[in-house]
Amino acid sequence: MAVCIEVIAKENYPFYIRSTPTENELKFHCMVHTSLDVVDEKISAMAKALVDQRELYQDLLYPTEDYKVYGYLTNSKVKFVMVVDSSNTALRDNEIRSMFRKLHNSYMDVVQPLLQPGGLHPVQGL
Amino acid sequence: MRGEERQRRTPAHSRALGWDPGELGAPRPAPRAQGTCRAARPGTSLTGARGCAPRPRWERALSRVAHLLVLVGTHRAGRGAPPERTAFPTTKRQRGQRPTGRASPFGASVVAAAQSSHWQTPIACAPGLGSAQPPAVGCGLGAGAAAGGAWEVQRLPDARKSGVKFRDSHWCRALSLRPRKCFLCWGRWVQGSLACWSCLWGCSGGDGPRRSVTSPRLPSSCPGWRRQASAAAGPGRGAWGFCDIVNMSPTQWDLPVELCCRPMAFVTLTGLDVVYNAVHRAVWDAFCANRRADRVPISFKVLPGDHEYPKCRPKRTSYEWYIPKGILKTGWMNKHLNLVPALVVVFYELDWDEPQWKEKQSECATRVEIVRQSLQGRNTKVAVVLIQKKTPLPPGEDVIASERAAALCNACELSGKSLFVLPHTDHLVGYIIRLENAFYEHAQTYYYTEIRRVKSHKEFLNKTTHQLLFVRHQFKIAFFSELKQDTQNALKNYRTAYNLVHELRAHETNILEIKTMAGFINYKICRLCFQHNTPLDAIAQFRKHIDLCKKKIGSAELSFEHAAWMSKQFQAFGDLFDEAIKLGLTAIQTQNPGFYYQQAAYYAQERKQLAKSLCNHEASVMYPNPDPLETQTGVLDFYGQRSWRQGILSFDLSDPEKEKVGVLAIQLKERNVAHSEIIITLLSNAVAQFKKYKCPRMKSHLMVQMGEEYYYAKDYTKALKLLDYVMCDYRSEGWWTLLTSILTTALKCSYLMAQLKDYITYSLELLGRASTLKDDQKSRIEKNLINVLMNESPDPEPDCDTFAGKTAQKLWADRISLAGSNVFTIGVQDFVPFVQCKAKFHAPSFHVDVPVEFDIYLKADCPHPIRFSKLCVSFNNQEYNQFCVIEEASKANEVLENPTQGKMCLVPGKTRKLLFKFVAKTEDVGKKIEITSVDLALGNETGRCVVLNWQGGGGDAASSQEALQAARSFKRRPKLPDNEVHWDSIIIQASTMIISRVPNISVHLQHEPPALTNEMYCLVVTVQSHEKTQIRDVKLTAGLKPGQDANLTQKTHVTLHGTELCDESYPALLTDIPVGDLHPGEQLEKMLYVRCGTVGSRMFLVYVSYLINTTAEEKEIVCKCHKDETVTIETVFPFDVAVKFVSAKFEHLERVYADIPFLLMTDLLSASPWALTVVSSELQLAPSMTTVDQLESQVDNVVLQTGESASECFCLRCPSLGNVEGGVATGHYIISWKRTSAMENIPVIRTVITLPHVIVENIPLHVNADLPSFGRVRESLPVKYHLQNKTDFVQDVEISVEPSDAFMFSGLKQIRLRILPGTEQEMLYNFYPLMAGYQQLPSLNINLLRFPNFTNQLLRRFIPTSIFVKPQGRLMDDTSIAAA
Repeated sequence: MAVCIEVIAKENYPFYIRSTPTENELKFHCMVHTSLDVVDEKISAMAKALVDQRELYQDLLYPTEDYKVYGYLTNSKVKFVMVVDSSNTALRDNEIRSMFRKLHNSYMDVVQPLLQPGGLHPVQGL
Repeated sequence: MRGEERQRRTPAHSRALGWDPGELGAPRPAPRAQGTCRAARPGTSLTGARGCAPRPRWERALSRVAHLLVLVGTHRAGRGAPPERTAFPTTKRQRGQRPTGRASPFGASVVAAAQSSHWQTPIACAPGLGSAQPPAVGCGLGAGAAAGGAWEVQRLPDARKSGVKFRDSHWCRALSLRPRKCFLCWGRWVQGSLACWSCLWGCSGGDGPRRSVTSPRLPSSCPGWRRQASAAAGPGRGAWGFCDIVNMSPTQWDLPVELCCRPMAFVTLTGLDVVYNAVHRAVWDAFCANRRADRVPISFKVLPGDHEYPKCRPKRTSYEWYIPKGILKTGWMNKHLNLVPALVVVFYELDWDEPQWKEKQSECATRVEIVRQSLQGRNTKVAVVLIQKKTPLPPGEDVIASERAAALCNACELSGKSLFVLPHTDHLVGYIIRLENAFYEHAQTYYYTEIRRVKSHKEFLNKTTHQLLFVRHQFKIAFFSELKQDTQNALKNYRTAYNLVHELRAHETNILEIKTMAGFINYKICRLCFQHNTPLDAIAQFRKHIDLCKKKIGSAELSFEHAAWMSKQFQAFGDLFDEAIKLGLTAIQTQNPGFYYQQAAYYAQERKQLAKSLCNHEASVMYPNPDPLETQTGVLDFYGQRSWRQGILSFDLSDPEKEKVGVLAIQLKERNVAHSEIIITLLSNAVAQFKKYKCPRMKSHLMVQMGEEYYYAKDYTKALKLLDYVMCDYRSEGWWTLLTSILTTALKCSYLMAQLKDYITYSLELLGRASTLKDDQKSRIEKNLINVLMNESPDPEPDCDTFAGKTAQKLWADRISLAGSNVFTIGVQDFVPFVQCKAKFHAPSFHVDVPVEFDIYLKADCPHPIRFSKLCVSFNNQEYNQFCVIEEASKANEVLENPTQGKMCLVPGKTRKLLFKFVAKTEDVGKKIEITSVDLALGNETGRCVVLNWQGGGGDAASSQEALQAARSFKRRPKLPDNEVHWDSIIIQASTMIISRVPNISVHLQHEPPALTNEMYCLVVTVQSHEKTQIRDVKLTAGLKPGQDANLTQKTHVTLHGTELCDESYPALLTDIPVGDLHPGEQLEKMLYVRCGTVGSRMFLVYVSYLINTTAEEKEIVCKCHKDETVTIETVFPFDVAVKFVSAKFEHLERVYADIPFLLMTDLLSASPWALTVVSSELQLAPSMTTVDQLESQVDNVVLQTGESASECFCLRCPSLGNVEGGVATGHYIISWKRTSAMENIPVIRTVITLPHVIVENIPLHVNADLPSFGRVRESLPVKYHLQNKTDFVQDVEISVEPSDAFMFSGLKQIRLRILPGTEQEMLYNFYPLMAGYQQLPSLNINLLRFPNFTNQLLRRFIPTSIFVKPQGRLMDDTSIAAA
């Protein structure tokens, strides 16, 4: 399981954060926030290359000693960041991908205005 | 061995091999110097043949480079190239045998050549070295005065890329921080270096840091260096530095300098008196000055001839009983870098023709012997260099030289290879370079034998007792390989050593030693990997190293040591990585040294935590005496051992008491370590890196950590500076959780420093909506804030250092007693305070006679209600400020009383609306009124007052983002009571326009469109007042509306006076025509005349302004009102004039004939929808035209309705003018006209029409007929034809008349006659009409013999062809009879 999941708006402010264990929330916040550097760089590289972005999954953003940080970018530039414990070797690339896809789907369910009026409030979360 | 050599080294031996004594000492031309392989002299054919051995191409190329060098050094005696040095091959072995162990990069053939002709060797060696990593440029060091010193060049990977520049810049930085003091001994420093002379040149001695820091380049792992560099390279903004950069003594965790430097062959030079002997000095300078990348990597040192080298321990014959006491001795690396030379060179001044040769020779031999004595048992080579005043002759010419050389070799027991001649001439550097290349070869051989020697021990070792030795030997082999510049083998051996280290049995007692050695070897491996440009290998090795060692914590009591060691590992790797980047490696965002520094900082933090919990001894605990950390020598024997049990390998603690004391000593020492400083240094290193690799957030994050660390280090000023610097980043991205955490620390800092303004600012923000603090926290902060506003001390912040807290309380007490400015104005646009403000004008514009109204909405986000003391609004026109102030004279203690009453109180979560009203100034009509700021004062002047200042109509750092979120949100807002509004739904409207009062008059325009070109078009303006009072100063502005086509302005003229025509001087727009005053209901009329010179539509503006006295909000004001009317008027031509030329027969004429009358017909067609009166018309003829009869107007006072036309006809004649190109001007037709409806006094308009030009043609003969207007049946009709000759010739004319059925006629039917020039011939005919009606006349045919072009058709234009014949009447017409 991921130890922290965060949804970040296009303008890089956090929508939603959920982490276990909660007493370390600040640390995860920092980690996710700093990982945006890498995402930003990837976005600007994509803009430069003028390629059609098909791949939403952004791969391992950076490894720290204890955690791995993965990123995912929707077409509307909403970012999902997931922090995984480095020691958790059960989580391969494929698992991470499918977790992101699930997250994306549930995110869509929440924000889709036509389906459910009164979607997302930015700070209070989902 | 030595005995054997001695035997070989006999002159006889060399002679026997064909050694020509003449060659001895005589300069031998260097075959390579010729750029070819041919033998320079017949006597040296063997050499030449060897020289011709195939060489790789690059080598040949490089030898040409060397050739230049040779020429520099040997320009002499016309003998080609004299040698850089002479060498004396005296043994058989040198002639062909390849010496074992020589590892030249050039292959066997080259080696062989080098063996036989020694002067080639240095040349051949040079390129090989060049291809290895060249040494760094030792800037700043060089031709300085130095007594008996050593010189080392630290080589860096590919210094060519790095260049001197970056080095210099580092120097400058370092120097600017620590000027004029040697960083080692605090002596006077040397220009361009960090050290003093004695440290730079410091002669040997294994004492402390002096021993090897001779290179100007500080090793990167030196803590002081790193600190300085990072301080200088730190982030540009913010001037945080480091508390204490003076503390430069290396800690036990720093890697030893000799490990971090680049090993270079160590060669000592003896017999040089560099202080008193200028020649020696020059020689030494040539060795050490200007050591660029292309020079061989040798570390030179000048030593006295009788220098005592470290004693060689007697060789061990068996390892059977030997138990090693540790892995690596602390002195070993230094010993081989700086103490035990690979080669000792004995310099000796001796010329070949020395008169006292014998004595000198034996003295030299003695010197060599002394050196040999000192090096007893070592493989160190000895070489002799003879410093000679004379330049040697070419080989073979100096017989004495070769003889004496052989003798000297013999006396000194030297091989010919080790004897060199150094002529002291102009080309010293060239000779020196050759010399040192030769030295380098000797050194390489030495290290090769050393490696062999170490390897040979291996077989005696066994795995049980000698595990440590496996590591040690492997390390030594690797280190010697490095000295030999064989980095590939060095790397291989280090890798093996690394694996061996981890095979050692680890226990708590030796874990530190294992880790230390693992760290050393890992450092070397990573360093070499970077050097070999395989950074991924380096990273992989480092990761492996960390993974292997992470868990090897060792003693729990000293676990901070492990953290310190880990931190150091990361830092050292970061340094290596950074160094490699500076030399050209490219790093990326996700893999850069910053991560390693960050991790190092993380471990340093952990170390601090551990130290804090493990070293919290009572103050009474004394440092143990005697110091268990002291050793007899002052240093440890082996790396990584405990000083109180050195060399003890047993895993059992033999003396637990001693162990306890030792641990205590370490713990107490650890307590004195400035942890925060270490952490901050590492963090700032990381910040610099992340800045470089575009990681702004990472940078901010680390700066926050730095700030927090400063906070722990009690440097609150710097902490605040850093935190304040990064806050805006978090704020702008809306990471409130992180911001709150930063703010909390910042609040503590400001509390502890009693920084009022900062304290208040942070409190304001922590109470605000951006803060994620719990309500109880907010309550506490709000209470403190209110306290501060009432000029009382706030309660201390939780978790503050107790001592600092006490100091803070004192500071706060001082603040309270301090009188002076207690008003703080805080701009809120840069943060998110707990009061929100929005200003909104009720309308985007207000009429000047209506009061301007706007609301200020306030909302507090704090947990408890708060009262404000004043609210004032500022405008761009400051005169309004006075009207928009709410103030309550309240005492300081009232802040808390009756908090919910009155509008001065803000209840959390409720939006408070405050209405403001004022009357705008009449001067501001047409201007924008803007709210420039809103000031809200909390507290009051008697206590402390904080003024929150919103720029514009409110909004703070978070507003724009919130607006965005609100726009995106689909959330439905719950319904609120009528008098409340949703905060989000309030949109700031910070400006409004003041517009003039609504006019109450009517303006009517009366006119008859369209206007006619050039007429005085009358426009009647009727103004009627509907105001209730008299209006004054009514002014009319009328005319062409500005802003249209510029041509229109020039062609439109307006006047009030219709009686005279206006000309160009009249304006297009009449402005501010005073009309006077108007009583209520009164009406006035004004005529306006417009003259439009061109057709087209024009917009006309009629603008009426007036003044009226009125009241607004019980205030008398004079309003200026205005009303405007715009009308578009089309201008058309009043009429079209058509002109045509016809013949007297009213036939259309293409051209007229000279002197023959024709008719000009004008046709004036009215195009005006209104009736026109043509007052008169006039034809002004051009001088070329004459009139036949009088030119009287025929259309005077004709009135034309639309579509009607008026025609005139004038008979004109054009005298013959010859042939005029383009026709002849006719003249002008002038029509004077006006509208029929126009009044009498309206001037008549004269429209001038230029008549078309007409083409005039001459004809040879003009015929005109004279006949009555009609005939009568059976009554004679006399016709006379006049034929005029218009030419200057006599004309033959043939005339014939063709009969017609309707007539009988009499006269000449056919005739041929002549007409003289200018004369006229008359032909008379009498026609007798037979039929009534319109009858064809008998036609007259004329044929001009001279002018065949003159046709009857032309003739028909002049003469009638038919006539109307009346029937016979009853009454006889007398006239017709008479005519007949």
